[in-house]
Amino acid sequence: MDTDILTASSPREDAPVDASTIAAASAARLAHLDELEAESIHIIREAVAEADNPVLLYSIGKDSSVLLHLARKAFYPAKLPLPLLHIDTTWKFREMIAFRDALAHQLDLRLIVHINRDGLARGINPIGSGSALHTDVMKTQSLRQALDQHRFDAALGGARRDEEKSRAKERIFSFRNAHHLWDPKRQRPEPWRIYNARKRDGESFRIFPLSNWTENDIWSYIERERIAVVPLYFAAPRPVVERDDMLIMVDDDRLPLKPGERPQIKMVRFRTLGCYPLTGAIESSARTVPEIVRETRQSRYSERRGRVIDGDGAASMERKKQEGYF
Amino acid sequence: MNAHSQPAALAAGPRARQQRAKRLLRFIACGSVDHGKSTLIGRLLFEANQLFEDQLDALAADSRKLGSQGGELDYSLLLDGLAAEREQKITIDVAYRFFATDRRKFIVVDAPGHEQYTANMATGASAADLALVVVAANDGLTRQSKRHLVILSLLGIRNVVLAINKMDRVGWSRQAFMAVDAEFRAFAAGLGIDDIVSIPVAAKSGDNVVRRSPHTAWHDGPTLLDALEAAEPAILQPGPLRMPIQLVNRPDADFRGYSGLIVSGAVHIGMMVRLLPSGRVTRVARIVTFDGDLESAEAGRSVTLTFTDEVDASRGDLVAGVDQAPSASDRILARVFWIGDRALGPGQRYLLKLATSTATASVEPQLRVLDLDSRGLVEAPTIAPNEIGTCTLRLNRAIAAEPYAACRETGSFILIDPETFDTVAMGCIEQIPQSRSATLKSSSRRQFARWTETHARSLAKAMSWRTTGGIDTFVVTFVISGSTKIAGSVALADVVTKILIHYLHERVWALVPWGKR
Ligand SMILES: Nc1nc2c(ncn2[C@@H]2O[C@H](COP(=O)(O)OP(=O)(O)OP(=O)(O)O)[C@@H](O)[C@H]2O)c(=O)[nH]1
Ligand SMILES: [Mg+2]
Repeated sequence: MDTDILTASSPREDAPVDASTIAAASAARLAHLDELEAESIHIIREAVAEADNPVLLYSIGKDSSVLLHLARKAFYPAKLPLPLLHIDTTWKFREMIAFRDALAHQLDLRLIVHINRDGLARGINPIGSGSALHTDVMKTQSLRQALDQHRFDAALGGARRDEEKSRAKERIFSFRNAHHLWDPKRQRPEPWRIYNARKRDGESFRIFPLSNWTENDIWSYIERERIAVVPLYFAAPRPVVERDDMLIMVDDDRLPLKPGERPQIKMVRFRTLGCYPLTGAIESSARTVPEIVRETRQSRYSERRGRVIDGDGAASMERKKQEGYF
Repeated sequence: MNAHSQPAALAAGPRARQQRAKRLLRFIACGSVDHGKSTLIGRLLFEANQLFEDQLDALAADSRKLGSQGGELDYSLLLDGLAAEREQKITIDVAYRFFATDRRKFIVVDAPGHEQYTANMATGASAADLALVVVAANDGLTRQSKRHLVILSLLGIRNVVLAINKMDRVGWSRQAFMAVDAEFRAFAAGLGIDDIVSIPVAAKSGDNVVRRSPHTAWHDGPTLLDALEAAEPAILQPGPLRMPIQLVNRPDADFRGYSGLIVSGAVHIGMMVRLLPSGRVTRVARIVTFDGDLESAEAGRSVTLTFTDEVDASRGDLVAGVDQAPSASDRILARVFWIGDRALGPGQRYLLKLATSTATASVEPQLRVLDLDSRGLVEAPTIAPNEIGTCTLRLNRAIAAEPYAACRETGSFILIDPETFDTVAMGCIEQIPQSRSATLKSSSRRQFARWTETHARSLAKAMSWRTTGGIDTFVVTFVISGSTKIAGSVALADVVTKILIHYLHERVWALVPWGKR
């Protein structure tokens, strides 16, 4: 059962084309991936060497999957010297949770799942409370709670600079004060590969080993390394409703249907994963990693288009980050 | 969009393709405040079809709300992503953008021009192969343009594309273009920046960015994108092995590996390496990776090495080729770009971080500061914020270091304020001066190393000693026996057998460290 989830989710197209042509065409690309891999491993090792109590933020998405894979490479043959932390909002897709638990079991990982119990008790949810409040309480506050509770002083995450304008401005070792706040106007200079990881008690770092990867690099690497990802990334017939120009998947019976609304079965997949009522699907027929690579290369839209939370305002990501959001 | 979907190139076969596929180019856009860097990069992304539709929609909406162009698209908003930047209409920190054309992949760093944020520009420049320097034609070379050029030169960047921007503001005048070009070349010449391609552009309207401008018929050089695609920045020559140790990998008692990124040279199984600062020599047993052991590994790879001997090495140590290992030194002469809030002065103490090692550094007297106008170094009591100068640092322990020109990764460092933990300087090593204690340490290290004597030397010593001894044996035997024949054969046998015995004796003692100082 476990192995099923993990292997079935990473289908591969066996290339029938002339092998030498393919090899030549992808030589430059592979060299590029090798360089990115080596750089990320270097960052992960620096983070763990410099921190007292590091943690890997695992969101179950494709970037986290790549980050976890690189972290395992960084410390091989030793086991992963840091635990995984998942901030569970209780509204993730069911397939995500199943994948997470199967993976942790199969790879024998230390996994911490944190839920903001206080927020849950207050009944905060993405539908009634609105995406902004839900994200703040169940993700941002929840992450801060977890980091404080376990006294983690370095949190490694899979964010990339190509995702969004304020991320494009962030350092690889991103300093946070004792209140988890990011000050974009006073970032530490970070020349060459030298990271200044000095800090006082209570202060911490968010560390981004995938800073220089693009969405395309991520998928090419997933293909090359045969990394398992959640099946929701691959096109399949799924029940969806159309809302505000977005296709929302009816993942369980908590999604209230509006009068006259009936779930339709459509061939869809997801470019990013989050809380299901806030994550838009795209119509697609890409069932394999190579097909996804091709699709993202031709896409006319950025990957963040499918996220409700980003639409809350132009500077919303920066504000959320300043408040301690990942 | 992508090099790999170009059928003509594919058909030409592997070799032709490899020649055509250009290396990734990392470049930084820099220059004086408001000369149009962000607008130029934004326009470049737009013209080269690098923007998604939702990004264009957001740009149109942002331009209406925040733009300085009266509702027209303000391309700088594609780069200036921080709220404070959008409000103040300036760039504060570097933005990283990734794009690819049919011919090449690019990483572009858009730097702030404002003097207050020069450290951020230097951060972005440290990883660049080439600089796109933007100078507004109606303003010319400013002090800040010059400062950026000096920083490029400090960091060893020799290739420049000079975009002379806002040509619309000078009536597309060739004379205005030539004047800026001449002034720029004259200033850059003294800095070792020798590869310069100049292009007249107007970022706002996109003239000569990707499309050739109808206003500059007199320009026979490339457009901006052409120049970036064609650029061939100097590749650093492959140097000797350097791998700073990041951590010791010890999952159980049977395995002890040393993990790091190979920053220069290559390593192979069986290779003799020197560990620094100890000077200890050992042999590579395995090159371990998650994907299986390697026979050899080159610069740019992250690996874990094991050695044939039990060695005492840890984070901060350096694995180097035996012959061309750098020296371990506790004094360095460096060129520094000072970014601290207070000036750098003699006697001050900082934490120095070089590759993976950290030491305490104190500043020796005799500082020199670079004069922006003459480009010469002049003696000064302190190095002020945003100035570049030279200083000698004394460290509390010897670390492996070498000139920046020899190896960037083992020749560059940062200084950290021990109280605020701010990064206060970027440094490039010019020279490792020989201090008395450093010489002493390195010579004592040599005595400790195994096989410090070559076989030839052991043999030569044995021969010279035995020849002296042979003469003595001859004289003594002659005095006792009175026969030159007996004395001669005894002395000869003595010389020959004892040279051999002495040689072996020497070799055995060479292995014993006991009693050496
Ligand atoms: N007339 C004219 N104005 C331009 C041109 N390019 C840029 N500008 C204007 O120059 C101003 C500064 O542009 P930016 O792109 O923000 O300048 P910058 O160099 O990025 O500034 P900093 O990052 O703060 O140093 C803006 O008002 C632009 O519209 C041009 O080609 N012609
Ligand atoms: Mg700018």
